[in-house]
Amino acid sequence: MTDRLRVPPVSPRPGDPQVDDAAVREHGLTTDEFARVCDSLGRAPTWTELGVFSVMWSEHCSYKTSRKFLKQFPTEGPRVLQGPGENAGVVDVGDGLGICFKMESHNHPSFIEPYQGAATGVGGILRDVFTMNARPIALLNSLRFGSPDHPKTRHLVDGVVAGIAGYGNCIGVPTVAGEVAFHPCYDGNNLVNAMAVGTVSADRIFRGIAAGVGNPVLYVGARTGRDGIHGATMASDSFEEGREGPRPTVQVGDPYTEKLLLEACMELLQKDAVVAIQDMGAAGLTSSSVEMAGRGGTGLLLHVDRVPRRESGMTPYECLLSESQERMLIVAARGREDVVEEVFSKWDLEAVVVGEVTDDGLWTVVENDRTVASIPVGALTDDAPVYDRPRQEPADLAQRHETPDLPAHGDCNEVLLRLLASPNIADKRWVYRQYDHMVRVGTLVKPGAADAAVIGLPGTSKAIAVCVDGNSVHVKMDPFEGAQGVIAEACRNVACTGAEPLGATDCLNFGNPERPEVMWEFERAVAGLAEGLRQVEVPIVSGNVSFYNETGSQSIHPTPTVGIVGLIEDRAHAVGLGLPESGQLVLLGSPRPVLGATAYARCIHDVEQGMPPRVQWDDERALLRTLRAGVARGLIRAAHDVSEGGLAVALAEMALAGGRTREVGSGLGCSVQLPAYPEAEARELLLFGETHGCAWVVVDEEDASDLLALSQELGCPARVAGSVGGDELCVADAHGTPVVQLPIERVRDAWEHGFSKAVGVPAPPPRP
Amino acid sequence: MKFGIVTFPGSNCDHDSYHVVKHVLGHEACFLWHKQEDFSGVDCVVLPGGFSYGDYLRCGAIARFSPIMDAVVRFANSGGYVVGICNGFQVLTEAGLLPGALLQNRDLKFICEDTTLLVANGHTPWTVLCPETIMAPIAHHEGCYFADDDTLGRLEGEGRVVFRYASRAGEEAAEANPNGAVNNIAGIINERGNVLGMMPHPERNGDTELGDGSGAWVFRSIIHSFEAQA
Amino acid sequence: MRIRVHVTPRKGVLDPQGQAVAHGLAQLGFDAVGEVRVGKVVDLVLDNASSESDALEQGQAMARKLLANEVVEDFTVEVLG
Repeated sequence: MTDRLRVPPVSPRPGDPQVDDAAVREHGLTTDEFARVCDSLGRAPTWTELGVFSVMWSEHCSYKTSRKFLKQFPTEGPRVLQGPGENAGVVDVGDGLGICFKMESHNHPSFIEPYQGAATGVGGILRDVFTMNARPIALLNSLRFGSPDHPKTRHLVDGVVAGIAGYGNCIGVPTVAGEVAFHPCYDGNNLVNAMAVGTVSADRIFRGIAAGVGNPVLYVGARTGRDGIHGATMASDSFEEGREGPRPTVQVGDPYTEKLLLEACMELLQKDAVVAIQDMGAAGLTSSSVEMAGRGGTGLLLHVDRVPRRESGMTPYECLLSESQERMLIVAARGREDVVEEVFSKWDLEAVVVGEVTDDGLWTVVENDRTVASIPVGALTDDAPVYDRPRQEPADLAQRHETPDLPAHGDCNEVLLRLLASPNIADKRWVYRQYDHMVRVGTLVKPGAADAAVIGLPGTSKAIAVCVDGNSVHVKMDPFEGAQGVIAEACRNVACTGAEPLGATDCLNFGNPERPEVMWEFERAVAGLAEGLRQVEVPIVSGNVSFYNETGSQSIHPTPTVGIVGLIEDRAHAVGLGLPESGQLVLLGSPRPVLGATAYARCIHDVEQGMPPRVQWDDERALLRTLRAGVARGLIRAAHDVSEGGLAVALAEMALAGGRTREVGSGLGCSVQLPAYPEAEARELLLFGETHGCAWVVVDEEDASDLLALSQELGCPARVAGSVGGDELCVADAHGTPVVQLPIERVRDAWEHGFSKAVGVPAPPPRP
Repeated sequence: MKFGIVTFPGSNCDHDSYHVVKHVLGHEACFLWHKQEDFSGVDCVVLPGGFSYGDYLRCGAIARFSPIMDAVVRFANSGGYVVGICNGFQVLTEAGLLPGALLQNRDLKFICEDTTLLVANGHTPWTVLCPETIMAPIAHHEGCYFADDDTLGRLEGEGRVVFRYASRAGEEAAEANPNGAVNNIAGIINERGNVLGMMPHPERNGDTELGDGSGAWVFRSIIHSFEAQA
Repeated sequence: MRIRVHVTPRKGVLDPQGQAVAHGLAQLGFDAVGEVRVGKVVDLVLDNASSESDALEQGQAMARKLLANEVVEDFTVEVLG
């Protein structure tokens, strides 16, 4: 520990409960941790202080388990304007603009109350972005639910999607892309990861660093109620079976108030009145004030009695730990409080001075002139416990790796239709139709029509491509290889639109870290992500960790999800995945398919076993370069990477979206011939096996030779495989024998209805 | 021509309308703050989409009592051009400037999707330059137009139904009705023709970067009508 | 004085929410359910009501002006005491 501060004594507040062993236990602190609390204070904590330590030292706020591992991530680079540790990260896209983004999990609240849990997840991540002075321009999400036929799944899907829609639509930020996947490992613990993206002037980035002794601290936004007290602690605990009832009061989102808060902040941050600003997220007033003081190396004094309240009789403990939404904490320049108050009053919001920056290194809370908490800031931040938890290779790892013996199904038409109808691959229109994905008139490619969303940057000819990706089955089978694959796929997805990946954000969703096997998975997955990011030279600029995703003894699959932001210099060239009216189909890259751990193995054989596909980074980089250069030179007219479901599913998706370039069209046929493949009986492996390093692209006939030359120059194998046309999807083997031959209408029927049939929701009407 | 775009608390398409008027069509535009009690120098008022006052209680119900709405009503009654898009349409019906009401969508879900609009009356100030159909996305939860039979009869008889939901081929069809609106109604005008309300967002398809750009014809039409009159 | 304003969809006005609830109830075995209409309830505290009839009158004025849209909704006002 650092130099010890002299901590003043604080006498118990009349009416507060006793701090005894039971209270310590209920607050989730171990005996050792409690001893450490007493040591840092030089005395026993008060009830209020106990609550504060409990949330600040929770896994959610302190990263006490993950911190050691997260250091492996590359976080620096010429494009990084703000790396991890702030409300959100920022990368430089030139023209004086930065892209500010972050992804965060809201898993536990969304399982308890899907609508509000998901809605407040969106609200929270938006605040993280606009506190940096970034105007939010896009929202994305990564959702994982239990088996579609689990009795709770439909209710959760309905609620989560409606919650995301309810918040994003109202605040007027388009929800432009995402993923929805189902797996029984999420039956008792669904995942809701939300990502927000904004634009900021590179020279006007605001941070949460308290500075300037005597500067006033202002509370702005909605009033404080008893919502979600101990949400951060809850996010650091697992669900007990048979106890699904809500424990704390569920936080309720108010997107209207957040819209006002957003506009007020945007207006205020143009004026020279603000020194620092921070969202009140998990652990509310406590964590926002402590973190700002921690970054600034200062102290902070809060008058808790001045906090605007929604309910009467709230104690300091409740005010400090409340997770009421739509609130911010601002350090203003002394004498400029009136500017803050004026702007907020214009937007009908409260702004109240509740404290000041001090130089004593203490976080002090006063209620009507009586001190109720006084804690060294460092004890709550840098000196919070750090764990090196035991890790152990899972006993069944060898079994997970073993290549399963999968007999050929025989009918590739049937296999393809079943894969396309499986809810993970099927059309997600039921979902994205509920999201306003067009507000702000920047969405250049509509959902489903490209591997990543493409958003124009106002005032420039540039666009960004953004996506979120994860593949928990691959990661479960082998965390190191699987996590590298997540990075490769995410980079391919932005590259398929023509973008260069610039930066990444991540959500690390894992089970109970107190289980050595979960910790082993975590360590290996983080190492895999870090390796992948280094290979493509993409830094992580923000992210979060969510542990304790388990119910009873069932942990979720290790589920790292990654959001990538890429840059397209000339957005006129950006492409989608739908087949254009004519052209030749070219396969870029060399397939190295595997069948274990694939959608094919799960859907057709009900098997989940085997090594995931391995990323060959030299090949992957060559592919990414070729995609970018091919799109930038106007050679590539459509591109789609090969991922879940293999070559055949990727091709079918291009055909299904065919006919229009920047939205899902009514479908177009195509005919291709597969490459020769050495193994006998490998037809299904080649069609449905999953591989990295490959993408289908479409090129005009007269440009084909240029594209092949370009690929060769950039070191990426390329082969003309067929052409667009007709109303059938036809795939022949290397000898010319048809192996898949289906009318597009039949393919469309399977794909369009798969989701609603599996989940049991009404099918949306036919596409307009 | 100068457009005044009202910003209610919770409006979120105000900048999108501004973008089309100013950057796509090269006309003047300004924002009108909801607390303003008056405005001048504006030739067309736009009530934009969004969630004014959170759309709490009922969409548009609280916005209609905003200080600026008295001025908007005066402006409309004196013949000034007023268009309400999406939430703006809801505000206009609540304010009594247009008849009927917007109910929850038939399938109870928010719907964001492109729609094809049949221009049911091409002789209004808002449609005089429009082709037979235009494309404009909808994005709403309460967009199911309803009016009682008498009102409906009057609207239809007087040619005041301006836009109807149609198939891509431009045919009015039940399958093309996204929200259950009576008679596939997507947009109507008042008796005098100077006030238009429509659920779809023409401003989201004003720029050819975002689609075929045909939404801009609504704005071009009103500019044409204004300039012809001046 | 506390009053309660009930707002319900007018007869003849499509109420998809009511239909959905009716359908849901039928699925749960409540098959005697006929028509269902879903409305809302607004509870208000009046600081200045001189009598029950005054409270009723105030509630009706509020409903007419803001709380209900008479194009598509009916309302009733009740004094809770």
